[in-house]
Amino acid sequence: MADDRDGVPDNLVEVRGVHFTIGRRVIYESVDLDIARGRITAIMGPSGTGKTTLLRLISGQWRPAAGKVYFDGRHVAKLSQNELFDQRKRMGMLFQSGALLTDLSVFDNVAFPLREHTKLPERLIRDIVLMKLEAVGLRGARALYPAQLSGGMARRVALARAIALDPEMIMYDEPFAGQDPISMGVLLRLIRRLNDVLGLTAIVVSHDVKETLGIADYVYVISDGTVIDHGTPQQIRDSRSKWVQQFIHAEADGPVPFHYQASEPYANDLLEAKR
Amino acid sequence: MSALQRGFNTTTSWIADLGRGALFLLRILMSLPSLLLKPRLLVEQIYSVGVLSLVIVVVAGIFVGMVLALSGYRLLVGFGATEALGTSVALVVVRELGPVVTGLLFAGRAGSALAAEIGLMKATDQLSGMEMMAVDPVKRIVAPRFLAGVIALPLLTSIFCVMAIGAGGGYFVGVDMLGVDAGSYWSGIQSNVDFGEDIVNIFLKSGVFGAIITWVAVYQGYHAPPTSEGVSRATTNTVVIASLAILGANLMLTAVLFGSN
Repeated sequence: MADDRDGVPDNLVEVRGVHFTIGRRVIYESVDLDIARGRITAIMGPSGTGKTTLLRLISGQWRPAAGKVYFDGRHVAKLSQNELFDQRKRMGMLFQSGALLTDLSVFDNVAFPLREHTKLPERLIRDIVLMKLEAVGLRGARALYPAQLSGGMARRVALARAIALDPEMIMYDEPFAGQDPISMGVLLRLIRRLNDVLGLTAIVVSHDVKETLGIADYVYVISDGTVIDHGTPQQIRDSRSKWVQQFIHAEADGPVPFHYQASEPYANDLLEAKR
Repeated sequence: MSALQRGFNTTTSWIADLGRGALFLLRILMSLPSLLLKPRLLVEQIYSVGVLSLVIVVVAGIFVGMVLALSGYRLLVGFGATEALGTSVALVVVRELGPVVTGLLFAGRAGSALAAEIGLMKATDQLSGMEMMAVDPVKRIVAPRFLAGVIALPLLTSIFCVMAIGAGGGYFVGVDMLGVDAGSYWSGIQSNVDFGEDIVNIFLKSGVFGAIITWVAVYQGYHAPPTSEGVSRATTNTVVIASLAILGANLMLTAVLFGSN
């Protein structure tokens, strides 16, 4: 974990005893985790374990039923809407879908947060947007609309938009899902480079084991509403947890069963029709 | 679950929905002053919900005016009172049919489009994306659409009325085709349609209808489940609820505005 000058862990985000439910379904039961400043922290786990939910809790879009989420020492659930919006200006989020505004061009999408939150002259906004688009390799696509972009391009535009206000932290929601090898390689390099060059804190939510372990500084593995293991990528690879081993080696059966639990044994189900 | 229990659950769900809708309306109203800083958003939406609804309103106005003149003439000719055709067409259009028919058309054309647009923005994470960029979607997306509806519907209603009464609609059938005297057609309208009572009330009624339709539409879209089925249901609900609400509100407004006469 990152240490500040006094040797105390310097976490930008701290999640303490968070409990969260959607309807009757329990998503999190007493989850604790830390996101170190200036590092890439990966949150891994199978689909449907609430990884994206965690990002929404950190950003204050949702509030936990119990427990606390701190961003830079401030209790997120207790912030007023204005304070929350001020805090969100310090973080960017890359949605799985890109979440680009479909009626705006690529240029206007990246300019959107600048026009909303700054009083910069249009000429300066133009320069900033072109610099952000150049950083993701899409300066030439500025006149296109989201419908004209491939999935990988849309995610890169969304990344340019997420860094438009120079945030301290970026949350990546499944950045590698559905990407071809070239797009994936580009995204991997971009995430690593943003972290190395700008010193951004990054949270990468993903179930793509190889890619995520390749760029993360620290990894949390989540399943069934709790953190089942955490450590550096090497520690996760060497984990003794059978669950973690099944997950990182993509084994079909193990602690996570291949079969969804059925109420009747297989033979009984088949014979039932003959009765 | 018994029928009684189901009925109770449906009723409480309706009341809860109404409460959420009222709170949402309050949030929209509190967001309206922010439009003063960004009038371009409002102008864009007036174009989208108003100007783009013009064709359907103009065509419907012409046909409604023609039908009213035709059936009105058949009724009046039996009493030898065809000179009252202009008055009868004008009063029916101005007091009732204009605001109600334009409102129903607006609910079908603009209301459904608003619900689908906002619902799809939600389903594709555009609203969440805005929130994450510290932009309030109610201020940026919902409030301009709501106010545009309140402004556009009275204007569309007045255009509908002009089309129904004027040269393309009632006048064309009554005067040009059926031979009613042009002077009595216009003078009847001039002497019987009161500015303060009728014309001002058109704007009042249609302003209320505009608020109801866009309120229902933006609420349904904003709270739609983020799935294709959810958006489709929100669109249908908008047209059904807004249409029924207009008819109900029309009865109450007519009783209040014209009930004492």
